[in-house]
Amino acid sequence: MARESTRTVQGDSAVTDAAAVGVVGLSKAYALHSTALPVLQDIRFDAAPGAFVSVVGPSGSGKSTLLGIIAGLEEPDSGSVTVGGTARRLGAVAYMPQADTLLPWRTALDNAILGLEVRGTPRREARAQARELFAVAGLSGFEAAYPSALSGGMRQRVAFLRTVLTGGSVLLLDEPFGALDALTRSEMHEWLLGLWERLSVTVVLVTHDVEEALLLSDRVLVLSPRPGRVVLSYEVRLPRPRHRAMTVSEAFVRDKALLLDAIHGVVS
Amino acid sequence: MFRPPTMTRFHTVTWLLAALPVLGILALWEVIVRALAIDPVVLPAPTRVLAATRDSAGLLAMHTRQTLLEAAIGLALALLAGCSLGALVTLSPFLRRSVYPLLVVSQTIPMIALAPLLVIWFGFGIVPKLLVVALVCFFPLSVAVADGLGSAEPETVRLLRSMGATGWQIFSKVRMPQSLPYLFSGLKISVTYAVIGAVFGEWVGAYEGLGILMQTAKNSYRTDVVFAAILVTSILSVGLFGIVAMLERLMLPWHVRGAGRQRKQ
Repeated sequence: MARESTRTVQGDSAVTDAAAVGVVGLSKAYALHSTALPVLQDIRFDAAPGAFVSVVGPSGSGKSTLLGIIAGLEEPDSGSVTVGGTARRLGAVAYMPQADTLLPWRTALDNAILGLEVRGTPRREARAQARELFAVAGLSGFEAAYPSALSGGMRQRVAFLRTVLTGGSVLLLDEPFGALDALTRSEMHEWLLGLWERLSVTVVLVTHDVEEALLLSDRVLVLSPRPGRVVLSYEVRLPRPRHRAMTVSEAFVRDKALLLDAIHGVVS
Repeated sequence: MFRPPTMTRFHTVTWLLAALPVLGILALWEVIVRALAIDPVVLPAPTRVLAATRDSAGLLAMHTRQTLLEAAIGLALALLAGCSLGALVTLSPFLRRSVYPLLVVSQTIPMIALAPLLVIWFGFGIVPKLLVVALVCFFPLSVAVADGLGSAEPETVRLLRSMGATGWQIFSKVRMPQSLPYLFSGLKISVTYAVIGAVFGEWVGAYEGLGILMQTAKNSYRTDVVFAAILVTSILSVGLFGIVAMLERLMLPWHVRGAGRQRKQ
């Protein structure tokens, strides 16, 4: 009975019984000089298992706050967030912050196993798991390198592997490619797509890059300027597998224009 | 175009730059003492100090052993106290407010007044020396540890929290390793204090040690032996500093390598 009513509330998005991420009526405000500054207002969306969902919006629309709340680092003022059907999120999702936040005293391999270690996996076993992924990620030979010796793109890959290895079937990525140059970013997109198809995980990606969101996602949520509300929930119909060449196709350019209009407040 | 010197050339140049003024001063000292025929009781020439060092080698070795022992044990005590206080002050806001001022006040007590009292309370044995060493050494260490433990990036702590890490895991996997470079900086300061602290502790009253050797040599007008003891004290400090620097290189390869990378750019 309760489940039935949830379905009708969730409305347009692809609803399944076991949504990997479910966000219902989420609002959040920060206290600022004794007044409440609303950051997010009545956010509602869900991501089916294995889906790739992007959240785009102008700076200050609360995208990172939303991700922090989904990760369980903060609680919403109202509304609910569930991951795999439960409200307990800390340790259940894999969160990747904006900066790579690699620990400088750990080698690349030992950085990648941080999440496994926290969950109590013995080091030897964790390292074996990480080594396999290093090969897949094109990082073979850099296992023993310290982060200071790695390029920005490689550091980001190590941070991404750490996120994947943390476990949990939901990855929360906060502008993972924001600090990279355009060329490296485009390489990382293909790399991420390849890995995502192989891993069958759910991804929620926060970005300010519309092209990135379109190229990677099944669904793109557009947030308004503060307080962030979902002004558009757009289903991307580009075929998979996706590749770079698609970004100049007619359909892609049309979608991009649509999303940009939504971001800039033009009602479509 | 400017090209940075290679590491080895860089080292040779710094060594030369460091050695030249010292050699110059020593030469000048020697010349003046000989030219003016200064009484060795007032000021012995460097060559005479070297001769005294060689002649009293056995005596110096015996007293050095004692001073080194005091400095090492005192430093170990300071390390223990410094690390625990630094950790307590970081972990508990209550202790930060109540204990931190006390730490600062402890550094305002003049050691010159306290050391003789320690001898009255604890006698001529090793205990008052250990206390002097520990008291002068623990402060830089506790400040270094407190700063180091507090230096973790909030983003990194958030990351660990998102993984479901416990407070202890965040402490042991992030805060503790993060504080090690700070600890070594504090240790480099403390290790030189330790030798001087031990010598000072002996100076006010002891059976053995370089401090009491200076005292007795001075009383018997053996100024050259006083200088010999000073020489040994300096060598001891520099040697201990070198050992700490070497340990840092061994234990924090990531830190030293990071510094090396910056130097290359």
